[in-house]
Amino acid sequence: MVQRFAFVLLIGAALTMLVLSKTGNLGIERLRSVIFEVATPVLEVLSQPAVVANRAVDEIKELFFLRDENIRLRDENERLRQWHNVAQNLEQENAVFRSQVSARSEPQNYFVSARVIGDAGGPFIRTALVNAGAKDGLVTGLAAVTSRGLAGRVIEAGRRASRILLLTDLNSRVPVVIEGSRYRAVLEGDNSDTMHLNFLAAAAKLSAGDRVVTSGHGGVFPPGLPVGVVSSTRNGTLRVQPFVDYDRLEYVRIIRYDFPQPDEGLKGARQ
Amino acid sequence: MTQVPVGVFLIQTLRATIPGLTLLLCIFVASVPMGLPYLSDVTPFLSLMAVYYWSIYRPDLIPAVVVFLAGLLQDVLTGGPVGLLALVLVLVHGIGVSQRGVFLGKSFQVEWWGFGLVTVGAILFAWIAASIYFTTLIDSRAFLVQGMLTIAIYPLVTRLFSFAARGLRTV
Repeated sequence: MVQRFAFVLLIGAALTMLVLSKTGNLGIERLRSVIFEVATPVLEVLSQPAVVANRAVDEIKELFFLRDENIRLRDENERLRQWHNVAQNLEQENAVFRSQVSARSEPQNYFVSARVIGDAGGPFIRTALVNAGAKDGLVTGLAAVTSRGLAGRVIEAGRRASRILLLTDLNSRVPVVIEGSRYRAVLEGDNSDTMHLNFLAAAAKLSAGDRVVTSGHGGVFPPGLPVGVVSSTRNGTLRVQPFVDYDRLEYVRIIRYDFPQPDEGLKGARQ
Repeated sequence: MTQVPVGVFLIQTLRATIPGLTLLLCIFVASVPMGLPYLSDVTPFLSLMAVYYWSIYRPDLIPAVVVFLAGLLQDVLTGGPVGLLALVLVLVHGIGVSQRGVFLGKSFQVEWWGFGLVTVGAILFAWIAASIYFTTLIDSRAFLVQGMLTIAIYPLVTRLFSFAARGLRTV
């Protein structure tokens, strides 16, 4: 009898929480952050062996393919050196042009590096937990990147850990532009491995292989972060393959981007 | 009333927490990034196995409240709607406790078959509930893969639980 009562009570509690959580109730948010603060240190310790094991496997693999890897890297180094020259020339040229048209310089970026200590095991949400939080200067909304490109954004910043909403998540929306044609669109996740483009101008013609980068609109992400490539343009929906390899997400960098504030510009104009 | 030595009492108390601890461990292990290809977004529903197994074999050591709190923990770690997995796990616990007579003393195949049914039900329920919560039809493939994976490795994981259960006979 007591058991049955407890059962009904707990079912009721869970349902109530679901409804409150949907309506963004503050109590639920507080409960969530309390559990989050308590649980993340445990996860940080437990994720350590997995990191060590992965590294060991990688090292053994590397030993086997050392020669091939060396050749590949030599080729890549050669190519990158050429790109480096091109970039230096362009940077010089760009600086000259910028001074000629007195363009405002882009604000400085700061990075915070963090290790991934947990990923969402559920099939209905795509998030990752990282071991940096409010004490490292993280706030919600910041962009998380890897060396390949944009991975997601901070949606919850605890004291020592934060949650990253990955681009592939159902709730992820990122304003992007198509590199080259400069068409704007919104990149939407749908819990699958690729994303799709929405609100693209009807006149826009895309082809597979077009690069997609952040546009910087909406004041969420810095512009120009690589996001992915258009992978298929079949039956009206445009799929985008992310640059980031979500299967092997170990470290991310969180960009602390200082957005230019409108009132700063006004102050400058008044002076 | 017989006098129980303090040491024995302590060990028995510690042992009594084993089902709860395995459930906690299942939740944390499922959240740790394994770096395995194709498995980063779908991991087996380990906590479901722990709840089902212990609610059949030692319902006295795994009260519904513990299951509920564990579900909340998993909700927060996965970042899903708060209360969803708590609801699923409490329902499974209820089924396990009330139907345990069907499985006790039967072959493992019967227990596994029962787990298969429970898993299909639980994952279907989670999919429908999450779809209502996010007011969109969520891609069901990930749920399907998770369900199959969970059922497939049940014998493996419960082998570990049965080691723990053997140590619990005296409690």
